[in-house]
Amino acid sequence: MKYTLEIIVAVVIIAFAAIFLVQNAAIQAELGDDEEAWGGADGSAADLIEEQGYEPWSNPVWEPPSGEIESLLFALQAAIGAFVIGYVFGLWRGAKNTSS
Amino acid sequence: MHIMEGFLPSPWWQIWFILSAPFVIMGFYALRRMVHENREALPLLAVAGAFVFVLSSLKLPSVTGSCSHPTGTGLGSVLFGPFITSVLALIVLVYQALFLAHGGFSTLGANLFSMGIAGPVVAYAIFVAGKKAGINEIVTIFFAAAFANIITYVVTSLQLALAFPAEVGGIMASFVAFGAIFAITQIPLAIIEGLVIALVFKYIVQLKPEILIKIGVITQERAERLREGWA
Repeated sequence: MKYTLEIIVAVVIIAFAAIFLVQNAAIQAELGDDEEAWGGADGSAADLIEEQGYEPWSNPVWEPPSGEIESLLFALQAAIGAFVIGYVFGLWRGAKNTSS
Repeated sequence: MHIMEGFLPSPWWQIWFILSAPFVIMGFYALRRMVHENREALPLLAVAGAFVFVLSSLKLPSVTGSCSHPTGTGLGSVLFGPFITSVLALIVLVYQALFLAHGGFSTLGANLFSMGIAGPVVAYAIFVAGKKAGINEIVTIFFAAAFANIITYVVTSLQLALAFPAEVGGIMASFVAFGAIFAITQIPLAIIEGLVIALVFKYIVQLKPEILIKIGVITQERAERLREGWA
């Protein structure tokens, strides 16, 4: 079949989104007022280490001053990557069309 | 998989630097050779690097109620091998350590080892084994990319367990505790990453099979069969 893989990918992503919505509803129902769900796994590991009384011996050279700035820089990272992917695939596609 | 700045005590952060260094040096040599010998593969290299950029910036929610991200290193590993991929991962990790306080410079060696070396080496091994066994490349790439992701997090758990063994149960108990945070969160993300990278590989086979043949990823005959079967 021509689009087998595309269909599989679409189905899995929809299932993933559905599981997230169901799980989120369950978590939000139990959550206290000042708790926040869906934190990063990297952060949970750091918390586990700090619980043992460990103090990190150095700090990041620079930290994004707010969540907005952080999401800006993450979005920028994704945008740079997406631009390159789009450019190269477009280039290949164009080259193929003109040569055939 | 990012171990945060300052979260690995001496001597562990030095050990991981020493273990990672040879791979990066080999990676720069491999990269230089490739740039000289296969200039037409450069756009493909850019795509492999860009995938690491995009996928490692996406923090996805997973079944455990926490978020984690894919690594994107599977594509580079199957196309260019683990050495060049370690250089691609290094670029991303430096960007994130510098601008995002995500990971850090003292833990760069450890983070590079998990994301840029252990994951890609396993992915490459899976791809080579699958090719030898004659399994459809799209299927092997799914497994290679998914395992590149999982192994990255298993190694991170191991690195933390070695540095922070539990008082009761030692390294093993600690490995289980960190593994519980990372590994289970990671399984659904690994499946998605594997599928997305398999899909991209399919598009590369459709658009530019000649580059894949030239750098020895697939043979002419396999490329034609894949295009007939999937294109």
